[in-house]
Amino acid sequence: MIELENVSFSYGGAEILSDVSLSLRPGSFHFLTGPSGAGKTTLLKLCYAALTPTQGTVRAFEAETATMDRDTLALTRRRVGVVHQDCQFLDHLTLSDNINLPLTVAGLEGDYAQNLADLMNWVGLRDQADQFPPSLSGGERQRAALARAVIMSPDVVLADEPTGNVDWEMSQRLVKLLVELNKMGKAILVCTHDLNLIRAAKALAPTRVLRLKGGKLISAGADL
Amino acid sequence: MSFFQGLWAFVAGDARAERTVPPSGYSVWLVVFAAAAMTFLAVFVSALSQTTARVADLWSQELSRASTLRITADPDAMEAQVAAALKVLDTTPGIASVQVMTLAEQAALLEPWLGPDVPLELLNVPAMIDVVEDENGFDGAGLRARLAAEVPGAVYDDHTTWRAPLVRAAGQLRVTAALALVLILGALAAMVALAAQAALAANAQVISVLRLVGARDVYIARAFVRRFTLRTFAGAAVGAVVGMIVVALLPNDATSGGFLTAIGFQGLGWIMPVILPFVAGVIAFAATRAAALRMLRQQA
Repeated sequence: MIELENVSFSYGGAEILSDVSLSLRPGSFHFLTGPSGAGKTTLLKLCYAALTPTQGTVRAFEAETATMDRDTLALTRRRVGVVHQDCQFLDHLTLSDNINLPLTVAGLEGDYAQNLADLMNWVGLRDQADQFPPSLSGGERQRAALARAVIMSPDVVLADEPTGNVDWEMSQRLVKLLVELNKMGKAILVCTHDLNLIRAAKALAPTRVLRLKGGKLISAGADL
Repeated sequence: MSFFQGLWAFVAGDARAERTVPPSGYSVWLVVFAAAAMTFLAVFVSALSQTTARVADLWSQELSRASTLRITADPDAMEAQVAAALKVLDTTPGIASVQVMTLAEQAALLEPWLGPDVPLELLNVPAMIDVVEDENGFDGAGLRARLAAEVPGAVYDDHTTWRAPLVRAAGQLRVTAALALVLILGALAAMVALAAQAALAANAQVISVLRLVGARDVYIARAFVRRFTLRTFAGAAVGAVVGMIVVALLPNDATSGGFLTAIGFQGLGWIMPVILPFVAGVIAFAATRAAALRMLRQQA
């Protein structure tokens, strides 16, 4: 579904990623680790075409992201759910409106009306539906971000440090949510520092752990 | 979807989609004010343009068939000279009517310069004869030649020397008014586009989130375009109404033999200030959409 082929990315003369290849297929579950500044978020952004590689090719659903027209790019992003570390909500909208946002922009609210109610229950935020994002806790925001990422039933879910601001109990709940999604056939890619999170996920589903080091992507499964 | 369905959908809007962009704050009210002020000015310029057009038509049509014979002579010979001139005019083909101006009519003409109660009978003022040609016209050069031979004190004036520059000036005024109207509407477009760009820049984070969830550029632009178009239309409507009221209340002095005409709109001319808010709305739509899409492309 998403493939990175010999991808390099430079910014301001510094090479962040070097000759990286990665394939996110249906039902795959990848963790991406590495120190801060290693390029995890950059790799994630390349996957949903927020960035274009300086070398190599990124393909999303068979189309090269660098040459996509802007409408195709938007339609592609609807098939990729993204959970940001800072969640990126619209603070003037209620939580339910934020979670519903992908459906709103796609004009599909009627078709997926039940999805919102189901998702609010699934992530345990039914009672917070009418609250505004700034009034929510870190864990609630992360769960809401995950709900927003999957409300359109995307083929791929990308999560950047989804447990960065939450306690261990909440991390466990988020892992279970991601594993459930993976079992539905979604490709999952999670960037994280949290080794406990990785171990917890490995106990629930087959996962592959990758590490970014010096701009190179290496397999890190044996370390865990 | 037909044009009118599309227009209605645009005006009605999509409340949920609309809410994705937060209120635009004071910049929107600046747009309303700018639209009102610009449309107010545009109404005045339109009134001026239409007035100059009417004046030019008046001068062109009414004076083009009229001419004047001025006879200067000693008081004793004046009556004979006038009679001779009338004889020449009576026998000139193409003249519809001639009228010798009375002293009272001459006094009325001179009153703006000399004041009332001027004793013209004591002054040796020239006699004046108004000549109006018929639809076939007459031979001006031939008439001049006959008058020179038979009425030596007569000076024939077909108003060409002063009518042409006046008509030309009126035409230039009209062109200038049209140019001013274009500049006013252009300035409105620039103001709306700048305000829209400011609103887009202020909402960079919102746009980033909308893109993240798969919003197309036209979707993001639509919320801004609709907002700025409707507010521009509302401001322009207020400006147009106030402008029309003020123009309607201007002094309506159509005296002086019809040379002066009331500044303002007449008949179908009132359509112009009525359509100005719609023109402003269309301009705002085009300017905001172009600015928004250009800025969204640059932000990618």
